[in-house]
Amino acid sequence: MSATTGSVVRRSRSAVAALPRSARAGALILLALAVVAVLAPLLAPHDPNAIDSARVLGAPDLAHPFGSDALGRDVLSRTIYAFRTSLSIVFGAVAVASVVALPLGTLAGYFGGWVDQVISRPLDMLLVLPALLLAISLIAIVGPGSLVAALAIALIYLPILARVQRASSLVVSQAGFVEGGRARGWSSFAVLRRHVVPNALGPLLVQAAILAGFAVQIEAALSFLGLGTQPPTASLGLMLSDGRDVLTQAPWVEIFPGLAIALIVLAFNLLGDGLRRHLDPQGVVS
Amino acid sequence: MNPRLRFVLRRLALTVPVLLVMSVFIFLIIRLVPGDPVRTMLGFRATPASVAQVRGQLHLDDPLWQQYRDWITGVLHGSFGQDFVSKAPLSELLAQRIPVTLELTLLAMLLAVAAGVPLGVRAAVGGRWARRLTEGFVVFGISVPDFWLGIMLVLLFAGTMTWLPPSGYVAFTADPGGNLQYMILPVLTLAVAETAYIIRTTRGSMLGVMGRPFITYLRAKGTPERSIVYGHALRNAAAPIATVVGIQFGVLLGGAIVVETLFALPGVGRLIVTAINQRNYPVVQAGLFVVATLFILVSLLTDLVVGFIDPRVSDKGQS
Amino acid sequence: MSGAVLELDDLTVRIPVGGGRWVEAVGGVTLAVGASEIVGLVGESGCGKSTLGGAVMGLLPVGSRVGGQVLLRGYDLRGLGEEGYRKIRGDDIALVSQDPSASLDPTYPVGAQVAEAIRNHRDVSRRTARERAVDLLRLVGIPDPRARYADPPHRFSGGMKQRVVIAAALANDPAVLIADEPTTALDVTIQAQILHLLRDLTVRTGTGVLLITHDLGVVAQVCDRVAVMYAGQVVEQGTVREVFARPLHPYTRALLDSQPAAHHRSGDLPVIPGRVPDLTDPPAGCRFAQRCAQAHDRCATAPPEVRTASGGRVACWLHPAPATAEETR
Repeated sequence: MSATTGSVVRRSRSAVAALPRSARAGALILLALAVVAVLAPLLAPHDPNAIDSARVLGAPDLAHPFGSDALGRDVLSRTIYAFRTSLSIVFGAVAVASVVALPLGTLAGYFGGWVDQVISRPLDMLLVLPALLLAISLIAIVGPGSLVAALAIALIYLPILARVQRASSLVVSQAGFVEGGRARGWSSFAVLRRHVVPNALGPLLVQAAILAGFAVQIEAALSFLGLGTQPPTASLGLMLSDGRDVLTQAPWVEIFPGLAIALIVLAFNLLGDGLRRHLDPQGVVS
Repeated sequence: MNPRLRFVLRRLALTVPVLLVMSVFIFLIIRLVPGDPVRTMLGFRATPASVAQVRGQLHLDDPLWQQYRDWITGVLHGSFGQDFVSKAPLSELLAQRIPVTLELTLLAMLLAVAAGVPLGVRAAVGGRWARRLTEGFVVFGISVPDFWLGIMLVLLFAGTMTWLPPSGYVAFTADPGGNLQYMILPVLTLAVAETAYIIRTTRGSMLGVMGRPFITYLRAKGTPERSIVYGHALRNAAAPIATVVGIQFGVLLGGAIVVETLFALPGVGRLIVTAINQRNYPVVQAGLFVVATLFILVSLLTDLVVGFIDPRVSDKGQS
Repeated sequence: MSGAVLELDDLTVRIPVGGGRWVEAVGGVTLAVGASEIVGLVGESGCGKSTLGGAVMGLLPVGSRVGGQVLLRGYDLRGLGEEGYRKIRGDDIALVSQDPSASLDPTYPVGAQVAEAIRNHRDVSRRTARERAVDLLRLVGIPDPRARYADPPHRFSGGMKQRVVIAAALANDPAVLIADEPTTALDVTIQAQILHLLRDLTVRTGTGVLLITHDLGVVAQVCDRVAVMYAGQVVEQGTVREVFARPLHPYTRALLDSQPAAHHRSGDLPVIPGRVPDLTDPPAGCRFAQRCAQAHDRCATAPPEVRTASGGRVACWLHPAPATAEETR
């Protein structure tokens, strides 16, 4: 598959270099956030779970730039670890959804006909419920937790990504060089691998980036409702829920995690919109 | 047959299988729970006797198709069974809560459309400042989590405008003024993100339309610019906007779940969340069914509206 | 010139194309259209004929610069601002464009689009405008106009749609009608109908028509006079009969020769060698010189436009000003 990944990586890299300023900003922010998430243990000034009764609801100062929460825990450190949790859930969910959507959508778009029906109809069923409700239904069955939340998000976005991949494959399949491949006697699999997939991948990546932004919000909402990440693991949604109790006394507990979420969503949106120009010139992603 | 009528009937016909599939899916929820759902429901009160009793009550040992048939006929008659905790009929419970959720989502959507469409038009055809300001608002509205915004609003108003309560609810029929008081913050919270989406969609759609040749031709006829923008362009741009409104209604329903929890509104959303935490599956089922049905009906309505706005959609052979 | 409803005097149009560069789409055109007269403006694509039409209507790309004069019944249009132009568009000057599907609002009833043209300029009630619109639809040959008033455009054929466009254009009895390739997008069988409809109506209303086209056949069918355009300039103009029978400019001759009807299956269609000059930097001399079989040294300077014996005009060194004739430039 090296030809496939090579061309996409190459194109993505050149796409990033040639991006409009806004998208590059988005990419950089995300990169920074990813680094923060991975290096959390090194970067967090304090132990996120360390309870310090002396610093209960402490206001922001030099040692604790984001202040302290109801248990005296450092909000900045918790936010950093919460980034890690939220980002890994989101990346995981969107990655899984993309990986599953890729073959499904490609086959549906390339072959059409009954293959398309068999693949698309069940996926469309998933769209019958609005996103958050679908996630909640899943969690209702299995019970709350980070993993379930991630799976639920993957499930919500699978049909959307598959649809984009299908539309994109359809467009690419009708291009001349695909016909050329077939005329030269290549098997369908070879045509798919060498021609269709590398060229149809663009819109999928754009859509995935945009959806990742929304996934962060959904994950936060689920955790906020107590249906996602469970305490004591720090998650941005959970922190927002905790912050409510002490809102008037210590608003910083509520403000900073919220801003953090907004930052991530913004970054993903910037990235997705910016990638659009290079990877989705035909506007497959609406 | 009148092509419009045909379009309406066809669209209605398409809704039926969707409702069916949705009902099957929701019906299966309680059956998909790993282990014995009843045991989970009863928790520490689970004894073999009580488990057997509740299983009998819920007909969980009947053949699957029979369970579905009984459940669906019950639903069609407006009966969702009983809340096994309080023994109250679920339909009553739902009847109380649905209007709250409806009021919240409809008001939020109305506000978003009333504010978003004009702003979107200005963003498309207006001057540089109009564009910059709306851009900023759109970015803000889309990125910020709506429930956090709600909390921030509470923070803001708790100190200053104390007449905006941070939680609670009273029915409109009982006390219209009070009802609106309680609804202002929740509706505002939901509406901000929604307005951002509508602005974005309206702007994109309007820009697309304003670039089309018939706009130039309208100018060639001497039509005033205002008439062109609000009379012709907007009508042509309306279809995608209406479609987005329909889709976004689903998002709003999801958002309502969170907002209801946040502001302690007695709506269906909060009911579902509480029930999940209590493992109260019959309630979860009933609540999800209601919300999903609402969503499907609104989708139907939007499709019909789009069909009426754009005669090409209804005249074509498909919807 | 009395009797002329539209006069273009040394009209130039320059259009910005980014990077500080400009295209001189129209390079000094002098032309007149009289009342009830149909003047054909003919040339290849890109010769600037549509831009000229746009200049008259005041519908040029943003930033365009217009030089020379555009006189509508003697009044110079170049002094008009946006609002001034809006008032005369659809009232004193009207436009019929190439693709009727692109001209009509797809979501609006056709009758209402005609009524709109009326109400843009006349203070009449909705009902009056509607009645007049129905009359106009009947006039252009739409069967059962009252019933079809409320139909959206996509329920009509291309030819019918173009009739609607013509109805709207002529609704206020304009002095001048710019018809930009009005039949190009239509079936050949419908083309003649539309052209004749156009002629009948404009003769009746006294409207002068500038018929922009690349098709000499169209010119032959309905035009009284014709102006041949090349690279933004009018190289020859005169009565249709005169110009077609005795073309003076080599380009006109080449155009006529390249018409398929002129040959009887034998031999290839003559092709004019070379390409249209780059108009961001127009040549100083005759613009056709590079491709002209009869070019000579004098062609390095721009030939003056001279009156011909038959009352037309030509700009070519092959027909220099006779000692007694006046130069018109």
